[in-house]
Amino acid sequence: MKKKLNLELYKKLFLIRTAEEKIIEYYHEDEIKTPVHLSIGKEAIEAGICQALRDEDQLFGTYRSHGIYLARACQTDAFFAELYGKATGLLKGKGGSMHLCAPNFGLFGSSAIVGSIIPVAVGAAYANLMKNNGKLVAVFFGDGAMEEGVFWESLNIASLMKLPILFVCEDNGLAAFTPKIYRQGYNSIGKIVSQFNCTFIESDTTDAEEIYNLASCARSKIFEKQLPSFAHLRYYRYLEHVGVEEDFGAGYRSKEEFDEWRRKDPVDLQRKKLLNMGIKEDWLRKIEVGIEGQIDRSIKIAKDAAFPDSNELCEDVFYEKEKKN
Amino acid sequence: MKRKRRISYCQAINEAMRQEMKRDSNIFVFGIGVPDHKRIFGSTSGLVEEFGKERCFDTPLSEEAMTGFGLGAAINGLRPIHVHSRVDFLLLAINQLVNMVSSYRYSTAGKLKVPLVIRAIIGRGWGQTFQHSKSMHSLFAHIPGLKVVMPTTPSDAKGLLIAAIRDENPVIFIEHRWLYYVVDEVPENSYTIPLGEANILRSGKDITVVATSWMNVESLRAADILTKRHNISVEVIDPRTISPLDINLIAKSVNKTGHCIVVDNDWVPCGFSAEVASLVSELCFGRLKSAIQRIGFAFTHCPSSRPLENCFYPNAFDIVRAVERKLKLKPVDLRNETFYSYENKFKGPF
Repeated sequence: MKKKLNLELYKKLFLIRTAEEKIIEYYHEDEIKTPVHLSIGKEAIEAGICQALRDEDQLFGTYRSHGIYLARACQTDAFFAELYGKATGLLKGKGGSMHLCAPNFGLFGSSAIVGSIIPVAVGAAYANLMKNNGKLVAVFFGDGAMEEGVFWESLNIASLMKLPILFVCEDNGLAAFTPKIYRQGYNSIGKIVSQFNCTFIESDTTDAEEIYNLASCARSKIFEKQLPSFAHLRYYRYLEHVGVEEDFGAGYRSKEEFDEWRRKDPVDLQRKKLLNMGIKEDWLRKIEVGIEGQIDRSIKIAKDAAFPDSNELCEDVFYEKEKKN
Repeated sequence: MKRKRRISYCQAINEAMRQEMKRDSNIFVFGIGVPDHKRIFGSTSGLVEEFGKERCFDTPLSEEAMTGFGLGAAINGLRPIHVHSRVDFLLLAINQLVNMVSSYRYSTAGKLKVPLVIRAIIGRGWGQTFQHSKSMHSLFAHIPGLKVVMPTTPSDAKGLLIAAIRDENPVIFIEHRWLYYVVDEVPENSYTIPLGEANILRSGKDITVVATSWMNVESLRAADILTKRHNISVEVIDPRTISPLDINLIAKSVNKTGHCIVVDNDWVPCGFSAEVASLVSELCFGRLKSAIQRIGFAFTHCPSSRPLENCFYPNAFDIVRAVERKLKLKPVDLRNETFYSYENKFKGPF
C-alpha cells in the first residue's frame, strides 16, 4: 500500500519534472510562444496535494500551475499542444501556459493576476456547500498573493461562511525577484492566519508523501470541523520567475541557498525512497523511460498539430444557445 | 375593462427576483445590506423571509472578493445575483469584472458558463456627490464578455431582469435610484424581454433622441414640451441594453427623422454617446440632415450643493434647447413649464 502510494507520487513528480525539463530543452526554438513559470522545485506540493484529493474535488491555480495539471491529468498531449498554441490544446490555444484549465480533471481555472483566483475558489466552495456534494476546493497561490487585499477578503469570507476549502500557499519567499523582507510587515504568516476560524498547517518538507499525508488529514478535518484549512508550504524555486534559465547571478538570492534545497530535491528524494523500499532500479527506469517517451510523443504531436482557425478568435466570449455546447 | 396592475420600478425588480428564485432554487442573492431592514431601498424586500439565509445574505465589505465569489458560484452550477447599492462601490471589484468575470468563459475555452447577475444602482441628488452618482455603463460596455443592461420603465426592469437572470453570461444590471419611484403597468406573470433589443418609448418623425436610464424621463418631458410649444414630434429611443446594442432600431429611426441627439446618463467624452454617434454616422451618413449631438453630465465631478448639482446634470430644459438649435427653431419661453424636482418625491436623508 505504502509502496503503491509512493510509486504513484513518484510518477507524478517525474512527469512534472521531465515535462518542465523538456520545455527548457525546446524553448530556445521559439515555437513555445508563451511565458512559462516552471514548477521545478515545487513538484512535491503539486503531486502530494493532487494525490490526496478525490477525483471530484476542484482545484484552482495560478500562472505557475503546470504541475497541478500534470499531477491531476497525467496526460501531456493537450498540455503541450496548448503551449504550442495549437487548436488541439487544452484551451484551443487561447490560454497558453498561464491559464491552464481542465474541468474534466478538476482544474477549474488558473489566473495570471496574483490573488485573483482565490475568491473564485471561495465561491465555488460555497456552491459545493449549498449542494452538500462533499467536494473539496483547493486553491493554490504564492506568498506574494498574501499581500493582495483580495486574499484577506477571501480568507475572511471562507472562515466566516465555514466553507470546504483548502488554501495552499506555495511559499518560495519571492514575488518575482523581490524577497519577503521588502514586502511583508509581519514575521509569521501562521500567527496571523491562525487568528481566523480556519485550521492552519505548515511545512517545509520536500517529501511528497509528507505533503500527501498532510493534505489527506486536512481534507478530512475540513469536513469534520466544518472549517477551511490553510496549508503554508515552503519550497525553493530553482529557476528564474518566468523563463527557463537559472539566475543565481542576478544578485537577489544566493546559490548556497539553492544548493541546500537541491540536496533534498523532491524528485531525487522520492526516487531514493523507492529504491530503499526495495523497488528495483531497472524497473523504475522502465517507468521513467515510459514517461519520457510519452512527453516526446506529445511534443511531436503538438508541433505537427494545426493552429486554430481564424474563426475561433471570437468564439467562447459568450455562451450562445444556438451554437455548440 | 379590467384595469392593468400598476407597480413601481422597485417593486418590479423585487417581483422579478422573487418569481425567478421561486422557479429556480439555484438562484441566490447577496450583497452588502441585502437582508438588512432597508432592503436595498426595498428592492430585496421579503426575499430572506421567503427563501432563507442561504439564498439571501449579507456579506463582508469585500466587493472584489464577493465578485470573485459570485463568479466561482456561477461556474459551479449556481445562479448568483450580486447587489450593490451604488455603482461606485462596484469599482472596487473592477479587477474581478475585467480580468476574471468577463474572460472566464473564454479562459476555459467555452467549457464553463458564467450565469452571474450584478445589480448596481446609480445614485443622484441630496448630496450624493461624486462617489455615489456614477453610471459607468460605458466602461463596462467596453469590455468583451460582459452584457450591460440599463432599464428605464418598470415593465422593462422586470422583463430585462428575468432575462438577465436566465442568461448564461455575466450581466451588469444598472438601475437608477430616481426610477425606483416610477409607477407603471407591469404584467403580474413572469416574462422576459430579450437583452439586445431597444425600444421606442415615444414615436415621432422630426428628430430622434436616444437616451439612457433617467435621461429617458427628461427626454419624454422635453418631447411633451416640444410637441405642445413647437408642434415638433420627437422619437425617443431607449436602448435598454447598452451591450449588446441594438443599433438597427436607432439607425432606422434616424434614417426616418434625419436628426439625432444622444442624451446619456453619464459623462460625454469616450462614452456610450460617442459609440451611438459613431455608429449612427456610419449607418445613416447620407440621411443625416445635421450633425449628431451628444448631451451628458458636465465633465467634472458631481458636486454636493444643489444649485451646482443642477448645472452638473442635463435635464428636459437642455434637451428642448438642443432640439430648438438643431431644428433652427426660435427658443420658447420655458419659465412656466414644470421640470422634475426630486424634492417632490424625496426629502432625505438617504
